Amino acid sequence: MNLIWSSLVAFGRFWYRFIVGDDWTVAVAVVAGLLVTAFLNARAIAAWWLVPILVVVMVTVSLGRSSRPTHVVREIKEANKQ
Amino acid sequence: MFNMSLQTGIGFVLITTFLASTVEAIEMVTIVVGVGATRGWRATLIGAASGFAVLAVVVAVFGLALSAIPIGPLRLIVGALLLVFGLQWFRKGVTRVAAHGLAGMKAGHADEEAWTGPGFDWTAFVLAFKGVVLEGLEVAFIVVTFGVTANQLGPAVIGGMSAVVIVGAIGAAVQPLVTRIPRSLLQLVVGTMLTTFGTFWAVEGIGVIWPAGDAAILVLLALYVSTALALISIERRHAFGFSPWRQA
Repeated sequence: MNLIWSSLVAFGRFWYRFIVGDDWTVAVAVVAGLLVTAFLNARAIAAWWLVPILVVVMVTVSLGRSSRPTHVVREIKEANKQ
Repeated sequence: MFNMSLQTGIGFVLITTFLASTVEAIEMVTIVVGVGATRGWRATLIGAASGFAVLAVVVAVFGLALSAIPIGPLRLIVGALLLVFGLQWFRKGVTRVAAHGLAGMKAGHADEEAWTGPGFDWTAFVLAFKGVVLEGLEVAFIVVTFGVTANQLGPAVIGGMSAVVIVGAIGAAVQPLVTRIPRSLLQLVVGTMLTTFGTFWAVEGIGVIWPAGDAAILVLLALYVSTALALISIERRHAFGFSPWRQA
């Protein structure tokens, strides 16, 4: 039973990392954006612009929050050492 | 009009799956050639071939399963998945291009010792098998979801396989050349295309009609390319204190 449970957890964790990756807020924002788009569309309100704007905002916020000063600066410094 | 749209679709599917497959094939070929060169080719090639067999089964089963879903819900589900998945590559691509520009990947360390013992070299087999399956899984995911949703699984598989064959041939002929392919840039291009089609299909799957129909794909592509260029510029300006264009 324990082995089955740990296998299921490992399987779920693999798919989570595979699809969602290191920033879950982007995935949550995308799903929320699609739900709001569906809600507006059901009320005959044009909502095609919502997800593209949300994508641009979320990528900017995600990169600004997570990559500086860790990933990018570290990668650039390592590249300059070579 | 229909033929034009169909041809454009095939072109996008071929290019996206070819580039996505190239990104992963670079690492795959580097691993397989590295293991083969150090431990011997027989077990390595059998391991790589077994890995490709597993990937073929994954593509066939996954493709059949997705083909059974009606196109409306399929576009919503697959579009949302491609969007979330594509944004990962998009963010990684921006970060890596900001850091490394057009540089290729670093050459791997061939720590493995040459196999001199009797019998089959299972270590080489497992290393090659793992390299092909793990690196190929993302490609299989992109090929199947992209191909089935665009109703062009055949061209998607051809695009994916062509990249593996071409990169494999380059790797077999001139191994160091593979590591010089600008992998980060390719990853950013694929991430941008997956994000573009993911957005288009997911929103269309909800039932929203895009202004200008399929031409909206080009507008989305332009928006995301501009965003990527702006973010790369911001990241490099922040890190170096100057524009990337002056450094080149």
